Formats: sequence, C-alpha cells, structure tokens
Amino acid sequence: MSAPRSTASLRHRLAERGIDPLLMLVLPALLFTIALFVYPFAYGIGLTFQPTAATVQKWGGGVFANYLAFFGDPFVRDSVWITMRLAVPAALFNVVLSVPVAMVLRRRFRGKRLLSSMLVLPITLGTVLTAQGLLIFAGRQGWINRALEAIGLIDEPLKLVNNYLGVMFSLIITGFPFAFLLVSSYLSGIDPSLEAAARTLGAGWWSRFRKVVLPLLAPGLATTFILTFVLAFSVFPSARLVGDPGGTTRVMALMAYRSFGEQLDYPMASTIALLMGVVELVVVAIVFAWRSLLYKGSTGGKG
Amino acid sequence: MAISATTFESLELRGVGRSFGENAALSGLDLTVKAGEFIALLGPSGCGKSTALNCLAGLLPLTHGQILLDGRRIDTLPSEKRGFGMVFQSYALFPHLTVEKNIAFGLQMRGVPKAEAAARVREAIALVKLEQHAKKLPGQLSGGQQQRVAIARAVVLEPSLVLMDEPLSNLDAKLRLDMRTEIRRLHQTLGLTTIYVTHDQEEALSLADRLVVLREGHVQQIGTPDELYDHPRNWHVADFMGYRNLVPGTLASVQGGVATVDLGGVAMTGTPVGSLAAGEAVRVAVRPDDLVVADGADAVRDGNALDATVAVVEYHGREFAVSATTDDGRTFHVRTATCPEPGQRITLTARAARVLVFAEQLASAGDDSGARERVLV
Repeated sequence: MSAPRSTASLRHRLAERGIDPLLMLVLPALLFTIALFVYPFAYGIGLTFQPTAATVQKWGGGVFANYLAFFGDPFVRDSVWITMRLAVPAALFNVVLSVPVAMVLRRRFRGKRLLSSMLVLPITLGTVLTAQGLLIFAGRQGWINRALEAIGLIDEPLKLVNNYLGVMFSLIITGFPFAFLLVSSYLSGIDPSLEAAARTLGAGWWSRFRKVVLPLLAPGLATTFILTFVLAFSVFPSARLVGDPGGTTRVMALMAYRSFGEQLDYPMASTIALLMGVVELVVVAIVFAWRSLLYKGSTGGKG
Repeated sequence: MAISATTFESLELRGVGRSFGENAALSGLDLTVKAGEFIALLGPSGCGKSTALNCLAGLLPLTHGQILLDGRRIDTLPSEKRGFGMVFQSYALFPHLTVEKNIAFGLQMRGVPKAEAAARVREAIALVKLEQHAKKLPGQLSGGQQQRVAIARAVVLEPSLVLMDEPLSNLDAKLRLDMRTEIRRLHQTLGLTTIYVTHDQEEALSLADRLVVLREGHVQQIGTPDELYDHPRNWHVADFMGYRNLVPGTLASVQGGVATVDLGGVAMTGTPVGSLAAGEAVRVAVRPDDLVVADGADAVRDGNALDATVAVVEYHGREFAVSATTDDGRTFHVRTATCPEPGQRITLTARAARVLVFAEQLASAGDDSGARERVLV
C-alpha cells in the first residue's frame, strides 16, 4: 500500500503539497496589514452599529440608527449625488481626453518628450498646491479673468473657483496625468501591425479606431476609469479650498469630516466613510460587469 | 461567384526609393510586374525588401520614384484606397474578432452587401480549409492556421496585388513546406499577382516566376529562378543561389573563358563571370554538391585539386555534409556519399565549368547600371 519512501528533498515534498516555505517571508507584511488595516476597518464597521444616544433619539432604529440617519437626513443623503456629479464627469472626461492625446503621442515627432513630461508633471503637485494655484490663476482677480477683460471678451469676471467648476478643474489637473499614463501604456500594448493590416483592408482612420483600437483598448479604459473615479470620488481638499463646501461641492468626504471634526460623532463619521466605500464598490462593480463582456485576451503587442 | 483576382495589365515601379534621413533603405527599384506573376524579393535582413513591400502597400511613403498601375499613379493614394491585399509576418489578425469576422473585415469596410459578403467569406474559408474553425478567435488557432486566416483575409477582397512579408518565417520547418505548397496552389488557382518577400532562397526559387535579389537597398539581379540559379551576376547573388563556398583569391589569368585563380599557393581554374582583369581580387564560388572528394590522382578534374583535412561531418540522409579545412585555414563545404572520419586527409576537386569566378568588388552603391542592363524578360 505505501509507496516507496520519496528521495526528494524536504522542500520538494512540501512543494508537492502546495506548501512553499518561502511564503513565510510574507508574515511581517501580513501582520502590518492586520494591525493597520484589517483591525481598524473592522473597528470602524463596529462603530457604525454603536450610534450615539442623540442619533438614536432622533432617528430610532437601535443599532441601525446611523444608517437611518444617513438615508433619512437629506443634507447627508444628497452628498452621494453631489459627489457622483463631480466624480463621474471628471473621470469620464479624463479617460476620454487621454485617448486622443495618447494616440497622438504614440507617433514620433520633435518635442515629444517635452510634451509628455509636461502632461505628466501635475502628478507631482499636491492637491493643496493645485488648489492654491487655481485660486490665484482663475480667481476673480486672477490672470484668466484679467486677460479676458483686457481683450474685451467679458465685462464681469467669470466665476471659475469656489464653485463646482473649481473642483472640476482641480480633479482634471490631478486626474488627467494618471489617466494619460495608464492609457498610454495600454495603447503601447496594441500591435501597430494590426492598424497597418486594417489600412490595407480599406479601413479609414475612424474605422481603424472604432473597429480595431477601441475594442482592444476598452478593458484598459474601464480600469483607467475606475482608478480616476476612485481618485475623484474621495475628493476632499479641493472641495473645501476651491469649491463651495456648503453647497454644490458638499461631497461625502466633507460630510464625514464634519461629523468627525465638528460634531465629534465618530459613529456617524464611520457610517459615512463606510457608505462612501459602498458607493464606490457599486460603481466599480458595474464597470467590471461591463468589462467582463469585452474581449480581454492578447492584444498582439508586447505590453 | 468564385474568388478571382481583380485584373489589370501591368504594375510598374519606376526608380522607387525610400530614404530615412541620410540613409537610403531602398533606391532605384525598377520593375514591371505582369498580371498573374509571382515575384519574390530576396535578400538578407536590412536589404530593403520589406521597405519595398511597405512602399507598395502604402504603409511607407516613397521618397523617390513612382508606382503606376496600368499607367495610373498609385503611390500618392493612401493605403486604404489601393486595394492591395497584404499578409504580414506576424499575421496581424485582429485578436478580438473570430476567424469569420477577420476575413469579413475588408468586405465590410468596402460596403459589400451582407449576403454577398457572407458567401464570399464562406468561400474564402473553404479555400484555406478552415471550415471547422470559422467561429474561433485567432488565439485559439495554431501558427499555420493563423497564417491561412491571414491569407484568406487578403484574398477574399480579390485584390489586384497580394503582398506577402515573410509569411512563413514564424512557422516550423515542416509546416513551412506545407504552407509553401499551399501558397503556390492558391496562386495557381486564383491567378493572383503576388509579391513575396523572403530571405530564404529555397522559398523564392520554388514559388516565384521571377526573383529580385536586393542588397543594401540596391537591385543585384532580376530574373527567372533558373537564370539566377545558373547565371548569378555577382557573388552576392551566388551566395543566395547555394554557392556556399565563396573563397577569396587573386586572379592569375583569364584565357578563352577559363580563369585561373591563385588561392594562396593553390591554383584553381573556373569560369569567369563578367569582365575580369588579371591581378584583380576575386571570389571563387562552388556549390557543395559540385565539389567532389577525389579518390585517386586520375579523378582530379580540370587540374583542380585542394588538399584539406576533414573537420566536421553531418549526416543528411543519403549523403554527408562535410566541412574540410585546407592547410592555410580556408574552409570548404562538400557533399560526400561515404562518411569520412574527422581528421582524415582528402583531396577536393571540381569541374572548371562548375566553378564560377566573380569580381570581389560588388557594384558600388549608386552605380546600379549593371543591374539595369541585366533586367531580363
């Protein structure tokens, strides 16, 4: 019944059972993750079920009082819509704009390096610096307004900051480089001979893009959209600095901060933060569901 | 309605050239292709053969010359308007489309009605015997099958010209032979005018009606396979035509169609090609099958006798491929019926008629008047 005793080394015998001793090296990282992420996260979820006495009194529902408060209070609830109204258009704009820019930058031309560095540079700027710059550049007395007034195009300064537009600008300035870098790398993975083949088969530039490049790029665009969306959804500093934090840019992150910093209501702040995550997950799930319908195999290139 | 070629009278390339900055990848290519002809562009990598093909396809703009189809200039047309079919080395199949849809792509682009397109796609799939794979994605096919899809995709449009860029170079040896026959069969049944780029002389000789040998962007010789095989114009062409032994030497004398070459102490007689002068640096070219191991003093032919030591013996089925080194370090390749031992001393001989003597100097860049002279047919 028993097979002859294996002469393979201990490591080999363990490997055959799916045990790799080298994986022990992951242990420290695992400990850190548990201590700094898993535990606090679970603690936060726990907090959402421990509403303050005031919340319970106002909204009822026992341990679910925070959730009742979130969905019952239009001031809080509407922040979901307000955040979506900023994050979805910003992410879409960044993805859609980066496609033609990345396509053009695939070609060889003089000054290509300079141009692509300039496009990626804003990635190094912090959101606060961007916001500060926007206030000076696009404010009532900023260069844009003064220049436009000087050439007589406008009589009154345009309101470009401290509103929805200001936050949108900030999200594009910080989000576009990410989208551009990602789309460029997805695009370089598509074998250029596919487009050459489409040309010889009679496809003009639009058909080549529509029938060959776009279907192969689409899964990458979905991923890029998700990343820029998540980035835009958690917008906080610019919503406060260049936005209208009491009105059109009263995003979820601000609401969570308000509960935490101003009302000292930890359980409510945790609830808002958790629901932020839930909303993002829903959007991500929808995009991934759409992505799963697409062709995702090899794109012929080296990428 | 069977797939056939769109007919035309002739395709003319007039002084076609392509430069990249200072660097001329192709220059002065003159060629007239008749309808139904199979032309092979042959040369080592970097000789300009792929550049020529891309220029014809419209994927690379010309910097010099013109391309005319029945007297109409087409080099100014964009690729998508030329109506040529192209088969790429990497196949370039659309990975997200099924075999059927890949083949239908060109028909769709040309606005062929759906019913007709479907019929033609079916026919093209039958032509390359892929009926069972019509609904598969290219990634699910083997290399040979992918290549057949690429060919079907090009021929379904009934192009006036099919361009093939080393289509067999990514296949293994056995499949390459099968596909070669397949390409020849398709060419014969459809009558497609084909321009075929390759670096493999066997492929070129077996497929083409005419060959164009290129080197560093310049035409070396144009002719039918037997013309090139029997009468290579210079040692570079000879190299491609199986003259594996290309030994440098000095021309001692030329008299009445017999050249005597000094190979560093040993003299060899052969047939001079072109005009040669005594004292000139030359190359002696002999095919391995024309070089014979002499098995006695009387077997030496035309006084050609080279003493050498057997270095490497390879088994090739009915014969042996032997490399032998002479005392002054020159290596000769020879075929033998019997198996010699490495280290054995042998004497090599060849008929003077089978030994070609070429000038060492190839036509220099820019001076291709000689190549034009020899444009035959």
